[in-house]
Amino acid sequence: MRKKYRIILPIVAVALVAALTAWYLSRHSIPVFEPRGPVAHQERGLIFLALILAVIVVVPTFGLTIYIAIKYREENHTAKTKYRPDFDHSVLFEGLWWGIPIVIIGILSVVAWNSAHSLDPARALASTKKPLTVQVVSLDWKWLFIYPEQHIASVNLAEIPANTPVDFQVTSDTIMNSFWVPQLGGQIYSMPGMITQLHLEASKLGDYFGSPANIAGRGFSRMNFTVRAASQSDYDAWVRKAEAAPRKLTVANYQQLAKPSDNVPVSYYSSVPDGFQKAVAMQYMMPDMSLAKQLGTGANTQPATMDMNMSSDSTKQQMACQDGKFCAMKSAPATTEKTSSPASTTKMCGTMPADMNMSGMDESKAAMSC
Amino acid sequence: MLSFASFWLGKLNVHSFPSVPITQLAAIGLVIGAIIVIALMTYFKKWGWLWREWLTTTNHKKIGIMYVLVAFLMLLRGGSDALMIRAQQATSVGASNGPFPPDMFQQVFSAHGTIMIFFVAMGLMFGIINLIMPQQLGSRDVAFPWLNALSFWLFTAGMILVNLSLVIGDFSAAGWLAYPPLSELKFSPSVGVDYWIWSLEIAGIGSLMSGINFMVTILKNRAKGMSMMKMPMFPWTVFGSMVLVAFAFPILTVTLTLLYFDRTLGMHFFTAGMGGNAMMYVNLIWAWGHPEVYILVLPAFGIYSEVVATFSRKRLFGYASMVWAVWGIVFLSFLVWLHHFFTMGAGADVNGVFGIATMLIAIPTGVKIFNWLFTMYRGRIKFTAPMVWFMGFVFLFTLGGVTGVLMAVPPIDFQVHNSLFLVAHFHTMIVAGVVFGFMAGLNYWWPKVFGYKLHDGLGKLSAWLWIVGFTLAFGPLYILGLMGATRRLDHYSASLGWQPLFIVAGIGVLVIAAGVAVQVWQVIYSTVKRKENRDYSGDPWDGRTLEWATASPTQEYNFAVLPEVTSRDGLWEMKHPRGHDVPDVRVPQTEYHDIRVPKNSGHPIIIAGFAFLLGFGCIWHIWWLVVVSLVGILVTIFAHTLSDDDGERIIPASEVAAIEAAWQARRQRA
Repeated sequence: MRKKYRIILPIVAVALVAALTAWYLSRHSIPVFEPRGPVAHQERGLIFLALILAVIVVVPTFGLTIYIAIKYREENHTAKTKYRPDFDHSVLFEGLWWGIPIVIIGILSVVAWNSAHSLDPARALASTKKPLTVQVVSLDWKWLFIYPEQHIASVNLAEIPANTPVDFQVTSDTIMNSFWVPQLGGQIYSMPGMITQLHLEASKLGDYFGSPANIAGRGFSRMNFTVRAASQSDYDAWVRKAEAAPRKLTVANYQQLAKPSDNVPVSYYSSVPDGFQKAVAMQYMMPDMSLAKQLGTGANTQPATMDMNMSSDSTKQQMACQDGKFCAMKSAPATTEKTSSPASTTKMCGTMPADMNMSGMDESKAAMSC
Repeated sequence: MLSFASFWLGKLNVHSFPSVPITQLAAIGLVIGAIIVIALMTYFKKWGWLWREWLTTTNHKKIGIMYVLVAFLMLLRGGSDALMIRAQQATSVGASNGPFPPDMFQQVFSAHGTIMIFFVAMGLMFGIINLIMPQQLGSRDVAFPWLNALSFWLFTAGMILVNLSLVIGDFSAAGWLAYPPLSELKFSPSVGVDYWIWSLEIAGIGSLMSGINFMVTILKNRAKGMSMMKMPMFPWTVFGSMVLVAFAFPILTVTLTLLYFDRTLGMHFFTAGMGGNAMMYVNLIWAWGHPEVYILVLPAFGIYSEVVATFSRKRLFGYASMVWAVWGIVFLSFLVWLHHFFTMGAGADVNGVFGIATMLIAIPTGVKIFNWLFTMYRGRIKFTAPMVWFMGFVFLFTLGGVTGVLMAVPPIDFQVHNSLFLVAHFHTMIVAGVVFGFMAGLNYWWPKVFGYKLHDGLGKLSAWLWIVGFTLAFGPLYILGLMGATRRLDHYSASLGWQPLFIVAGIGVLVIAAGVAVQVWQVIYSTVKRKENRDYSGDPWDGRTLEWATASPTQEYNFAVLPEVTSRDGLWEMKHPRGHDVPDVRVPQTEYHDIRVPKNSGHPIIIAGFAFLLGFGCIWHIWWLVVVSLVGILVTIFAHTLSDDDGERIIPASEVAAIEAAWQARRQRA
């Protein structure tokens, strides 16, 4: 190809692509760069900071690369172009390209450490308002949002009041997934048997796109959800609407919901039993901890214990609970097989303690006996 | 009670064959292709030749050729998977569901990742190391030639298992790393995940053996006078990579075995519930997975060092610094695995530590880039095809590396993890880093292996097509990730506005496909025209290192007389001696001696055949086959170990002299 076309054509092509990209970007928003909450806002700030630091190194490097490639090209050698075939060492140059990256990475390391702490998903957001707790359960293939204090639940739509911190407690009753609302902040995995935490807040009213961000089986592309930031009054109205929903989140209804389905429309449940999400997570802790047993919709059945250190031959007692209250056992194992002191158990009923620690029961936090 | 069928056939039955038309077509195509090859071989009576020359060889150069051939075939397979992925994601919007149902699409991308990493990248890597490294070290072969052959055949057995899943059964739909609980029996009841497990188990053992083999080769098989710090840069990077292999691959083998136990013996290492912990799998698999990507990229860095020095006609800048950078990368690569799952919730301290460790790797990597640039500085640069690949690498890999540094900041990662931003990042690293390096190496070393140069113009064209195609294919993905597009989606809503970017990405992949087509044409054309491009001298690029001191193609024994060096760039010193006189090994000798070379052996392919059957039996629960295969493997190993055959044959001095004389005659013509 003629030499001038070799230079003009690529420039034209690049310019065309750049123009098309600019046109596209002007018509579409990039959610991660258009935060609608303080967490996403800070995360965007970090991206820009890191990019700037990187650009400081990358742009001169690219310039140098192009310069060297052109100047020292064999065809471009003139009488004056230096050819130093043995020039393979320079303390100055080495010092520069070890030193400058070390400085830049040093700065970024401090940024990374500090931001990992300040933007830790489990860390509560600074706010004058009391946080709203939303418990998330990822299912095949939809998202269940439980509002424990309001005793309602919704599917695939979580409405929250704007400018109020939200404490999302996330678990899964199926496989690993990831709860991600890009315009509000980063994601957290949802895992069966575990409850992770993500604190977010919306600073503007609007509907925010939620993505299931981990491969989760056949229907996982069709389980997007929405987080809607509303005014306080609209939010209260929404809660009342959910409270009027005909279905309650009983164990039977929940199990119906949990059956595989995708593209699930928004729906509501009034009346969620206390400790529902915890019970969902606790199913995975011991072999006989079905939801029915934990939430007491079944008759007296083989009981389970909360104490992880129990040996299998410790005495078990039946547990029965009413009114959807959560029941738990604290058992002390039989001391030895030979002594006569039997195992003892103490039954406690009531609301689950707020902390996640399940090894043993903190008796002082449990409510009174059933 | 076991029925007759279930005893002999395990879980195999008539429903194991594909039922989806597209898969049936692919399966039939595969089977027909195999039948045609077998028919042609029989018609031309080539089985004996195949057995003697290729299937039982222990010669490292032939093994290298076979690795590259298998890797290239797998590139076509993995590339067609890529085309399918792009086709699906460009069209499955709103009301349309695209050409592939979700189950199938998930198998396609799982196969794509698995094949590209384990069979294309690893295959090209082991292939190039085999083809060139022993000559570079001034040696006759690798340390353990028989083991080398076994590694290759185990690799091939794994490759066959993956492809067999297209014909019988199905493949994993759980992604290329198959996280539980999705990969556990409850959520993946079919044999797909078992195919994935066993092809990687078998190939992985081959890789581990190669790791040890090449490490020992580098430590023990260097030419006289070649201290470690006088080795070329490529063996240094291979050494670092093989150390990683030796420490990382056992983790993979164990983890896959535990997953298999979960699925087959009802154990609970990684299940949800019953004491299992899926987080442990994630940690273990990435404790292997992160070193794996450095295993791949380090030899590619070594190739760039060779290519840049040769085509700048200048010594590699900062050799000692480069060596330190390799060891920095090796050491750090074991300390960063958690950055693959910052979002699992390990807490700020843990995330912070791993984030900082991850960023640190950018330092030695950046050092290498500058050292290459300053190798070019004040050199006389010839922009042959390998140099075009290198330049594409510099620009793309640096940008991709920047995105990596970004993601090393945990809160940034929270926003881009598992999105297409991540996908674009790691493809940039692997394609623009690893694959470009291997393409440069293939172009560079082709004349050494086959005796003629590849057409340089076509090489440059293919490089440009790959560079442009890659930018078009993955540039949009960076943007899509920031728009909230998760990876592995088989469908998305039209209102999101993502489709134009997916269409551009699809065009990009077509441009890459054109690049591959040009490469195929380059090989065909250059082979047809090879008489015009013959390399008679053995040193077509005026090279610096010892591999160019052999004939092209290299003699079976590499060097008639083992060379001796006194400095780096041993051949360059022989050609341009200053001060010390190192005899040029290409000059004819007055006296040749008998040379012992490794003998052919049928044991490796037989062992690998049994390994394949073992894998097949484990997948389909055909337990008698598992027992028979295990016994077969053990019996063959014992047969080999206990035989009196020392595994070597002698090339008499007269034959050596004749071969060398013929080479000298060709050199006169150059």
